[in-house]
Amino acid sequence: MSINLNPNFSEAGKRYFSAYSPADDFYELLINTHRDLTDEQSELLNARLILLLANHIGDIGTLREALKLSREGV
Amino acid sequence: MLKTYTYPRFEYTTPPEIASGRTLKVPVVVVGAGPVGLATALDLELQGVPVLLLDEDDTVSIGSRGVCYAKRALEILDRYGVGDAVCSKGVSWNVGRTFFREQEVYNFNLVPEADHHRPGMVNLQQYYLEEYLAARAASRPGIELRWKNKVVSVMQSGKSVTLKVETGDGFYTVEADWLIAADGARSPVRRMLGLDVEGKIFMDRFLIADVVMKAEFPAERWFWFDPPFHPGQSVLLHKQTDNVFRIDFQLGWDADPEQEKKPENVLPRIKAMLGDEREFELEWVSVYTFQCRRMGSFNHGRVLFVGDAAHQVSPFGARGANSGLQDADNLGWKLKLVIDGKAPEKLLDSYSEERVFAADENLMNSTRSTDFITPKSRVSRTFRNAALSLAKNHAFGRALVNSGRLSVPSFLTASSLNTPDSETETFAGRMLPGAPLDDAPVLENGEEGWLLSRVGGQFCVMYFADDPAAIDAATIAALTGLSGGGIAVQPVVISRRAGKLPGGIVHLEDRRGVFAKRYDARPGTVYLVRPDQHVAARWRSFDADRLGAAVARATCND
Ligand SMILES: Cc1cc2nc3c(=O)[nH]c(=O)nc-3n(C[C@H](O)[C@H](O)[C@H](O)COP(=O)(O)OP(=O)(O)OC[C@H]3O[C@@H](n4cnc5c(N)ncnc54)[C@H](O)[C@@H]3O)c2cc1C
Repeated sequence: MSINLNPNFSEAGKRYFSAYSPADDFYELLINTHRDLTDEQSELLNARLILLLANHIGDIGTLREALKLSREGV
Repeated sequence: MLKTYTYPRFEYTTPPEIASGRTLKVPVVVVGAGPVGLATALDLELQGVPVLLLDEDDTVSIGSRGVCYAKRALEILDRYGVGDAVCSKGVSWNVGRTFFREQEVYNFNLVPEADHHRPGMVNLQQYYLEEYLAARAASRPGIELRWKNKVVSVMQSGKSVTLKVETGDGFYTVEADWLIAADGARSPVRRMLGLDVEGKIFMDRFLIADVVMKAEFPAERWFWFDPPFHPGQSVLLHKQTDNVFRIDFQLGWDADPEQEKKPENVLPRIKAMLGDEREFELEWVSVYTFQCRRMGSFNHGRVLFVGDAAHQVSPFGARGANSGLQDADNLGWKLKLVIDGKAPEKLLDSYSEERVFAADENLMNSTRSTDFITPKSRVSRTFRNAALSLAKNHAFGRALVNSGRLSVPSFLTASSLNTPDSETETFAGRMLPGAPLDDAPVLENGEEGWLLSRVGGQFCVMYFADDPAAIDAATIAALTGLSGGGIAVQPVVISRRAGKLPGGIVHLEDRRGVFAKRYDARPGTVYLVRPDQHVAARWRSFDADRLGAAVARATCND
């Protein structure tokens, strides 16, 4: 499976009336999850998050692509 | 004094009550003639309610404030008779560019969706908007506009509100059945009644400058994150009318406003930003902080709050005046029905419920933009920069970048005034109960026009047919005799084909099928529309009893 680089957020049972809402919903959740953490704690949280999501995706081909893209330009 | 604009001075005349000592008794007083107070007065006047409108000042908004007016606001302004003035004076823009550090990461082109009368938004200095609204209000017989009349005390008892008004010639007293507080973010009325407003102040300062460009400069919106000419902060450039450009510089919390405002500090910053020797003149500079807050409830007995008095948002996403105009739109018809005794006062609770819901949506969206633009922690900044760096090559990254979201009206889908769809009737599209109506091009007597200029102001029933000649006599008779319980319901037939219908029915032709598509209309489909152009109910077939029940529900008469 190749990696999806188009906007792809949605939530079951939720109806959106503007195109920007799903991505903004996710982004707010992400930032709120880090609230009141130290920088070090945030770094750990991010690492755990990546591992959780990677396992969920599972397909190593897709992950390889994501890993490669994430490194580009860093 | 601005170079491109001369502030009007509205005339003050001594109120007769000062000499007579009499108390002025009125059904409705609106305090504050900013954009929202003016709009509220115009809405009530259209409903046939006479209005006394008081303002402590005698001119329009000073300096640089509101810029963007979005489609729904423009549609409302159309109803108030100033939409054309605002749209022809305002500038439209479609291209937005986003820069991160030295580079443009992406641009977008908001081509307006076809088949709507009004574009997604128009840019115009707030003083023009107020000038047009004030001129319109002055021309309406049902509005008495008193400038330089300052409300200094407010007392509410039982079914009336008593206010003391100060003028240069002395004081007088007004007794009103209803008071609408449109007196802005600091709302003296709110304070005088001891009511709270809750929220937070953002720990940031912004410098705003209006600049007159001497050379051509594109009508585009440019947003910079962390630019080389203003490291670590954000900058927004926006075109307004008269070749005036508005620039917002984020300053950070520690900046000294007085220092920052000095031309010797502002000019180099703008020069660095323009990056060349383009000539410009400084028209206005100010520094502001902003708050995100709202009152718990927008109605308190006989006092109703609208606009900034009720809720305040950060300017990112241009939601202040836009949402205030929607307050006016929501309140006018409800107050009219209550004043006429055709709806219980409870209907005004729905004003508060619906507009609190909208205010929360606005607060949420503008807070999200603010949090993206001004990250509050290191990790938040890292995520923002990551999104920006992914935006250059990937569409999903662009969707994450938030430099202010377009103000769109709330879908009041949870409102208690809605009649939910029946389980056996399904509809595609987004015109569900609580939705603000989508516009559509229509023909009326062979002339081109717009749906939204033909429905609204009162309850309407939109009945869809293929061929008007095929509508049976019983339905025609029922449609023309809809008004019940003293609540007028205007029948509107929208048909695919031309044809003749009896008088009293507004007949619109949907020749290109845009209405049918947007409303998923089939022959026999019926929509009940509120006076503020929101869907109240819809069905696949006409049934006068169901319709009557939905009108009752939408007016709290059930
Ligand atoms: C930098 C900036 C950018 C903005 N950009 C946008 C934008 O792009 N789009 C948008 O929609 N909004 C924008 N806004 C918000 C917009 O300016 C406000 O939401 C809008 O002015 C609110 O209108 P209002 O009528 O509620 O209040 P105001 O405009 O504040 O009017 C209140 C009126 O009440 C009068 N008054 C006050 N006290 C009394 C009294 N005691 N007696 C009598 N009269 C009284 C005042 O004289 C004034 O005329 C922006 C605001 C700022 C600061």
